[in-house]
Amino acid sequence: MKIKIDRKYIPVIATFLVALLLYCGVGIRYPGFMTFRVFVNFFIDNAYLGIAAIGMTFVILSGGIDLSVGSMVAFTGVLTAFLIEKQGLHPLMAIVISLGCGSLIGYVMGCLIHYFKSAPFIVTLTGMFFCRGLANLISLESIPIYNPVFKSFVRLAVELPGRIKIPAIVFIFLLVFIAAIYIAHFTKFGRNVYALGGSSQSALLMGLPVGRTRIAVYALSGFLSALAGVVFTMYTSAGYGLSGLGMEMEAIASVVIGGTLLTGGVGYVAGTLVGVLIQAIIQTFITFDGTLSSWWTKIAIGLLLLIFILLQRFISQASRISKPTETVNI
Amino acid sequence: MSINKTNHTINNHGFVTLIWPLMGLAAILLFNLFFTPNFFHIEIKDSHLYGSLIDILNRAAPVILISIGMTLVIATAGIDISVGSVIAISGAIAASLIAKTGAPLLVVVTVPLLISMILGAWNGFLVSAIGVQPIIASLILMVAGRGIAQLITDGQIVTFENKAFEYIGNGFLFGIPFTITIIALVFGVTQTLTRKTALGLFIESVGCNPTASRFSGISVRSIKQVVYIFSGFCAGVAGLIAAANIKGADSNNAGDGLELDAILAVVIGGNSLDGGKFSLTGSLIGALIIQSLTTTILTRGVPVEVTRVVKALVVVAVFLAQSETFRNSIRAKFRRRTP
Repeated sequence: MKIKIDRKYIPVIATFLVALLLYCGVGIRYPGFMTFRVFVNFFIDNAYLGIAAIGMTFVILSGGIDLSVGSMVAFTGVLTAFLIEKQGLHPLMAIVISLGCGSLIGYVMGCLIHYFKSAPFIVTLTGMFFCRGLANLISLESIPIYNPVFKSFVRLAVELPGRIKIPAIVFIFLLVFIAAIYIAHFTKFGRNVYALGGSSQSALLMGLPVGRTRIAVYALSGFLSALAGVVFTMYTSAGYGLSGLGMEMEAIASVVIGGTLLTGGVGYVAGTLVGVLIQAIIQTFITFDGTLSSWWTKIAIGLLLLIFILLQRFISQASRISKPTETVNI
Repeated sequence: MSINKTNHTINNHGFVTLIWPLMGLAAILLFNLFFTPNFFHIEIKDSHLYGSLIDILNRAAPVILISIGMTLVIATAGIDISVGSVIAISGAIAASLIAKTGAPLLVVVTVPLLISMILGAWNGFLVSAIGVQPIIASLILMVAGRGIAQLITDGQIVTFENKAFEYIGNGFLFGIPFTITIIALVFGVTQTLTRKTALGLFIESVGCNPTASRFSGISVRSIKQVVYIFSGFCAGVAGLIAAANIKGADSNNAGDGLELDAILAVVIGGNSLDGGKFSLTGSLIGALIIQSLTTTILTRGVPVEVTRVVKALVVVAVFLAQSETFRNSIRAKFRRRTP
């Protein structure tokens, strides 16, 4: 047996294996689980989480963290619903404004982090308060959307044989996913993000635009969280200021379970997708089971988080030990 | 960077940093003196003290307790965001013990506190022995903890009737709310232990430079461990107060968002998130600022939700004031103006 696996792939491979095992395991217990319809539902129910988690992937890759995701989803969701229903704006216009607001808040947070050297964690924590407050300022009650144009857009779906409908939000999610892979692995910006996460000092010395990249990462995360908010509004056909509570943790969990190192610099966007799918499988399993309560989801996700973090620790420690010997050999 | 850090901590502490939070608190109180009638009015009803100021102290109890624990954790350059979930778990255990088993008061109080300390020890273990980043280590418990709390209460709000236990949240000792007595006790003991013994110095040195501390013979691991256990203990006490206050345990909402309030209190109090020197008094003032801000906004008839926006803006202001770059740029502007 001589299979050489690069150490940096281990977390991602582990994630794929866990996802596959979980999927098959649950599938054996519940035959109805492995149908295509359930698989499509994974994507429909978690499109918003997936989009936000992709934004979070970039932030974590750059060595930062964004805690404002959940409240950003609530804020942009309420804003979109408010602009459409209460202000009578065209849905497209409302969506563009929401996305703009999200990007702007992300940009400001990025600036605070970069120019004033504040900890990302505390700046985005403030952003979390701010967005949640704004969402509640706009409306405390849920705003249902009846706008016909918006409704028709929500109903837009590709119908597959077997009466399986794939709604627009799944395509938005997949589009974002593909674009993110392209940005992360095939553009200058993506490489800068990895370099920044690896070591911001080295990135600076190499002459990479550290400041611009860092700010752009938070603006991107803000934009994607806003998009997640819009998608969530399409998913529920309403905007509600209390939605997305604790969602930032689910997004972080997806990224970490997806094999991205929390120290930054190592990880894959594709892993995040699998991380989201693992959470989807656990959730669906619990609804299939019926006797288990929904709070088991939290415990299971917490456990998975723990296992993957320990795995990460183990890998980074192993590589730290092996590094000096390599230099000795040279 | 490490040189920068030590400079920062040496320059900014002592009375000079306390002056800003104190002025903030004074500003809020002054505002109330002029615009809120009867704000400073304290009266004695049935030999109990009542009034807005007492109310602020009473309401701030959980935040103050948690921020005391959080101050020490942050002083070691860590963070504990699981305190909200620990509050929920501690309250859930206490409520279940009373409602389902009718255990004696001593058990009802000690078991949740012990479990909270074990949860804190778990965080400490992950941080000190395994070397997981503090925010992530406590994130695990934050996510799973709420699930555990709901598991204990079966996802329902457990209510109970127990005069002795309710005393913790609603009782009066010598006319003063019992919660204030608890705060005074915890604060006094912590202050004494950290300022009259070497423990405080050890904590600060671990936060400033763990490597140097290790070389000078301080057990960095056990200091971190102790600090997280203490944070768990504080959250446990806060959980008991919260449960006694509402005569029930609400696993979903108990302590929700309190971790953020506590962190803000610590930071507003002039403590650096980079660790190092800390001031418990500063955190106490920070917690009072947050609570009096909330109470002030509420008495003005503004919805609760707006407090979040105000809090966020206050924190941004505090951060800019703490940021060296920002202060330097302001200073540079003033220098240019003076010939």
